[in-house]
Amino acid sequence: MFHREAGVFKTTYASDMALYPLPIAKWTMIGLAVLFAIVLPITLQEYYLSILNLIFIAVVGALGLNILVGYTGQISLGHGAFMSVGAYTAANLAVRLGLPFWLTLPAGGLMAAFIGALVGIPSLRIKGLYLAIATLAGQLIIEWTINHVPAISGGAQASIQVPRPDLFGFVLNTQGRLYYFLLFFAALAIVATLNLMRSRIGRAFIAVRDQDIAAEIIGIDIFRYKLLSFAISSFYAGVTGVLYTYYLGIANYEQFQLGVSIDFLAMIIIGGLGSVLGSIFGAIFITLLPIAIRTLMENVGSLFFSDSELANVVSGTRLAVFGGLIIFFLVIEPEGLNRLWRNVRSYFRVWPFSY
Amino acid sequence: MVRFERRWLGLAAAAGSLAFASSAFAQSKELVFGFQCDRTGPTATVGTVLCPGYHDYIDLLNSKGGVEGFKIKVDEIDNEYKVPPAIEAHERFKKEGAVLEGLYGTPQTAALNKKLEEDKILGTSPGFGTAAAADGKRFPYTFPIAASYWSQAGAAVEFAKEKMGGLKGKKIAYLFYDNPAGKEPLPILEDLAKSEGFDLRTFAVPAPGVEMGSQVTDIVQRYKPDFVITHLFGRAPSVSIKELKGKGYPLSKVVAFVWGSAEADIVAAGGMGLAEGYNTLQFAGVGKDFPVLKDIVAMYKAAGKPAPKEMDSTVYYNRGILNAALHVEAVRNAIKAKGGAAPTSEEVKNGMEHIKGFTLDGLLPPMELTPADHEGGGWVQVWTVHGGKLNKTKDWFQGYRSVILKHLAADAQKS
Repeated sequence: MFHREAGVFKTTYASDMALYPLPIAKWTMIGLAVLFAIVLPITLQEYYLSILNLIFIAVVGALGLNILVGYTGQISLGHGAFMSVGAYTAANLAVRLGLPFWLTLPAGGLMAAFIGALVGIPSLRIKGLYLAIATLAGQLIIEWTINHVPAISGGAQASIQVPRPDLFGFVLNTQGRLYYFLLFFAALAIVATLNLMRSRIGRAFIAVRDQDIAAEIIGIDIFRYKLLSFAISSFYAGVTGVLYTYYLGIANYEQFQLGVSIDFLAMIIIGGLGSVLGSIFGAIFITLLPIAIRTLMENVGSLFFSDSELANVVSGTRLAVFGGLIIFFLVIEPEGLNRLWRNVRSYFRVWPFSY
Repeated sequence: MVRFERRWLGLAAAAGSLAFASSAFAQSKELVFGFQCDRTGPTATVGTVLCPGYHDYIDLLNSKGGVEGFKIKVDEIDNEYKVPPAIEAHERFKKEGAVLEGLYGTPQTAALNKKLEEDKILGTSPGFGTAAAADGKRFPYTFPIAASYWSQAGAAVEFAKEKMGGLKGKKIAYLFYDNPAGKEPLPILEDLAKSEGFDLRTFAVPAPGVEMGSQVTDIVQRYKPDFVITHLFGRAPSVSIKELKGKGYPLSKVVAFVWGSAEADIVAAGGMGLAEGYNTLQFAGVGKDFPVLKDIVAMYKAAGKPAPKEMDSTVYYNRGILNAALHVEAVRNAIKAKGGAAPTSEEVKNGMEHIKGFTLDGLLPPMELTPADHEGGGWVQVWTVHGGKLNKTKDWFQGYRSVILKHLAADAQKS
């Protein structure tokens, strides 16, 4: 993900597809693993861990959407609704049947995958903006259904309280403990996506995206792979919903409305469509940027304004700065933060002996 | 390459240590209040007025020397009515050592209920959140501190009863926003319809609530109710006023829940003149005729500034004052109970549970918060549009309190 040698020296398919093309890549990975698993949880305050937790959840969701939008080229505005499907499935199972999270989590994912595949059926006939509207309808139908079927939503409030997840009697109830819980699933999602994309299925997705007629001619079953892409993407969404539910202790469909679907689309577009690292960058960017801007403006703004005036100024300008930065990054690199990162990297690949 | 990486590592380390340093500041004789607000999201019309009210009350208090010698610092975070920023805000308040926090938004309150309990920091949710949170035993750290939607439903029916001189055989229409908050009062209304013998029909308005022509036509021309209760949010209340008026329904037979009852809603519907007779439920006093508001104007004057324009929107501004005043009283009780020392967040919770007889000259209801009742009794007032402004038509009252309590007990049993 992070390193490449200074030229193309590969002689076998195996080396071309390796996750770690260089020994240093492996070491970077080990370094990152140590950083996230040991160093950060020990050194960071709970507040910073809580931000990381939000980022981990967002990473899983962004990866899922990127499989569908970035790799397979099928646009979806229903990602938030698929999360709510996972969330309510897990919450109902956890509360009514008392199942532990390691059963409710895959169950939530599978249920979302099933619903996602259903919503994805129109993708067999329509593309682009038309598909966006079809999935938008899916989002609204799912929201409406949850709101109006008490058997799913658990009553007028449409929210179900779930107990904290526990593993062998060890209750995950602090930010520090939830950190490992969420880190595990975020890491799992990253590894799974990296591997999925170098498998037969991943190559089929990319073929469908690049030219679906050509893909069909070379023997890819469009029907199967489009729906599979919807299902896998929704599985990730469902898991994201379950993670949210356990993180908050409550399933509530108002947390997964249309705005959330759009936030996730923004993440992958800014991060970079069709890249794992881009999904991660996007999730970090969208989650962290508002916080960073606010902190910065509070510090700078307190020189000019009193505290109560500042609150008004900060919220107003924060939105403008947030939007401005998104435009800025997309203008300097339309292919997203991942491409920006690759540009930096390829500059240094031959540095200081560039042409 | 190596040098490049090292430089970045150095920078990252520097940034990290900076973040640590800034959080290490601690001041004595200062208490931190966390306050969530929505100044830019879908309910910005509320937040941009309510939040300045909150700040002005705290500023006024600080200018008079604070509460029992403690200055108060408000850490405000705009959650944009989104859940993840609300979580982040709560964690930041915790880091800053906030002794309590003001929540904002129903889904946000739902998402934080459990965290508040685990972290032992009380959160207030005046006018939103779930009605069941009035039960302090089930939600120990969540404080609605104002009439819940259940209490508002009881009050609306009681007001209708008074206006019509009895409910038997009457027809009441309930026009509501089709979301969990909008549906919440339904069990109360259905129960009252049965026990009081009136006919209830419900009309849902889908989000975003700006299109309700067919519902209002149904109400006015088909159902022809004797009274209409509306429970709408955002832009929807003004649309409902306009539609009902336009279709010829007398607004004097309409009563709105607390989020459809601000001056801004009425003005946006075409002005106070058009909405003559429109009844609104309020959980804080309306208007500028309160000593505390005059003190705030005087405070601004002393600083050589004009009074803030938000003050003209008295409904929301005064709710901000209510929120701030109750926060301060909770802390005051806690400090007194501790003999003048800085209280912990758990002690502030106890302080909040012992607020009684504090009304700020009528701006607050005669509420009493107890360990069992975090709603304070569910008091409301009715204010009616008359002669170009809101006038008080019914003083503080509790509508069908026994029915509400019965439902709270049943709900507690169920879980």
